[in-house]
Amino acid sequence: MLELRGVSKRFADFGLTDVSFSVEQGDYYILLGESGAGKSMVLETIAGLVAPDTGTILLAGNDITNEKIQNRKIGLVFQDHAVFPHLTVAENIAYSLHGAKLSKVEKHEKVKAVANELGIGELLARKPGTLSGGELQRVALGRTLIQQPAILLLDEPLSSLDTRLKGELRRLLRSIHRRGQTILHVTHDYEEALSLGTRIAVIHRGTIIQSGTPSEVFLHPKSEFVAHFIGVKNFFSVKLATKDQAVFADTCNNIRIRVVTDTTAGEGYILIRGEDILLSAAAVETSATNNFSGTVVEIVPNAGGIEVTIDAGIELHALITRESLEKLDLTAGKTCWVHFKASAVRYINK
Amino acid sequence: MKKISRQSAVGSRQSAVTRHVSRKTCKLTQRFTSIQATFLLLGSLVLLFIVAPLAGMFLNTTPAQVFETAREAEVRNSIWLTIYTSLAGTLVFSVTAIPLAYLLARKRFPLKKLVTGIIDLPVVIPHSAAGIALLGFVSRESALGKLGSAIGLDFVGHPAGIAIAMAFVSIPYLINAARDGFSGVPVRLEKAALTLGASPYRVFFTISLPLAWRNILSGLILMFARGMSEFGAVIVVAYHPMITPVMIYERFGAFGLKYARPVSVLFILISLTLFVLLRWLGKEKDGEEGLSDKVTK
Repeated sequence: MLELRGVSKRFADFGLTDVSFSVEQGDYYILLGESGAGKSMVLETIAGLVAPDTGTILLAGNDITNEKIQNRKIGLVFQDHAVFPHLTVAENIAYSLHGAKLSKVEKHEKVKAVANELGIGELLARKPGTLSGGELQRVALGRTLIQQPAILLLDEPLSSLDTRLKGELRRLLRSIHRRGQTILHVTHDYEEALSLGTRIAVIHRGTIIQSGTPSEVFLHPKSEFVAHFIGVKNFFSVKLATKDQAVFADTCNNIRIRVVTDTTAGEGYILIRGEDILLSAAAVETSATNNFSGTVVEIVPNAGGIEVTIDAGIELHALITRESLEKLDLTAGKTCWVHFKASAVRYINK
Repeated sequence: MKKISRQSAVGSRQSAVTRHVSRKTCKLTQRFTSIQATFLLLGSLVLLFIVAPLAGMFLNTTPAQVFETAREAEVRNSIWLTIYTSLAGTLVFSVTAIPLAYLLARKRFPLKKLVTGIIDLPVVIPHSAAGIALLGFVSRESALGKLGSAIGLDFVGHPAGIAIAMAFVSIPYLINAARDGFSGVPVRLEKAALTLGASPYRVFFTISLPLAWRNILSGLILMFARGMSEFGAVIVVAYHPMITPVMIYERFGAFGLKYARPVSVLFILISLTLFVLLRWLGKEKDGEEGLSDKVTK
């Protein structure tokens, strides 16, 4: 549907190098990378605001590399929304309808429909200066969606919002995607990537270094950078279940892990930090609700201490000190116990 | 022990300093410090310097004299001529000045510093010299003059020539104000408009121009005002028909100070009324946009 082939762009101190990826119809594609990695540049290149030095951009099979910005069927929502301050909400949303062969009434109907869908139907007569950050982001979305873009490009759409609004907007984006809208979303937040994305590409210093499904990228980071950037070794795709009012996350191989979350059902991911996993040589009574026995697979020293990999039905990575390692006398093949608290398990809803 | 006592000594000294400072800040909000009092005195002198001559002139002119002068057709025609030539010059040249200001705000190009310097030239050169230069430029022998003659227009001694002279000396004010206005419009708003399917022309007229309008309007008013008050360049290009600044000079030369005053007072009154009115209209218009502008910038 959207394909970038070897797109490069050089600036004095920055650039894109051989960026290639393809977004399929109906994907919620996440471009994940640190700030300054070139994410926004990729979006601006696709939208036509920046012309690439080399490479091709294809949209639905057509080469749009040199197409005029206004003729591409691409919607771009800017990081800071870029709502026009001198126009009302309705005028902002209707901006792209100029030139469309519609009567005034039809235009108004269209604007109203989009605004209602985004929950800003009451704000149509207001000026942007009187709106909150979340409302402005919705106006920017509505303004773009009304053009029915072939693909919707989102540049860090949640970064300027507080936690509550983030949740609301995530739900909104998910519902827009479910309606069939193909989305390319740029972010530096892996939680956002996991929560929304159906495919993820990791970009670093202007190059795509890995792409795939969230599980592929998070479970099998191809490079040290990806592993480090993602920063989680204990990452599992799970299904939630409740039993005796306690919430459990079941992994694909039926390991049941107690979690603390507001959600009680659904599918998602869990993350456990290596630092939060305790090891013991024998079964001991602790306050932790997750206790498993397993065998030590590997012991690798790294910058934060010693990383011990234990096979307990699922592969868990614990980060311990050299002293602890010596005290427990752990070696590969030995049996040991793994403990972690339910509150140490981070659940991210898909 | 020694260490502790030294520390406490430092502590008490510090608190003394903070106390001293806080007392001072208190004083600042209550009355003027000596430096502020000195500056207030100097500032008042400069205000007096501006107000006193004008006030003197107004006090030396009776309302009856002003009224009498206003009844002279010659004076009325002259004031009207001054207003409309300056207005025409401002409007005609804004068509070229505003696009140039946009380019200056948005584009980097070789010799941009030189171009900016050229724009400020009319402000720094003597206006009589500007008039001489313009006279050569618009006289019947020049290319422009010949072009004008072909359509029966002689710039020298014609309102068109006056408008050109006025625009020449006042156009930097418009260009600079408009450039500042366009610089204040975030580029990403223009980019957003482009991605929403607008042509670059539509982006300019619906986004850039309205958002820079406050500055542009201010520049237009300034250019108009500066044009109306121009004397040096105009008198060289067109002594007749007589714009009011030239008429004031002529009355002074022919009849003396006393006769030049009423025209001056009348002209100042009309100019002031006009600019207060224009400013007020401008404020009225963007009053509703004031809030949103603040948020985006």
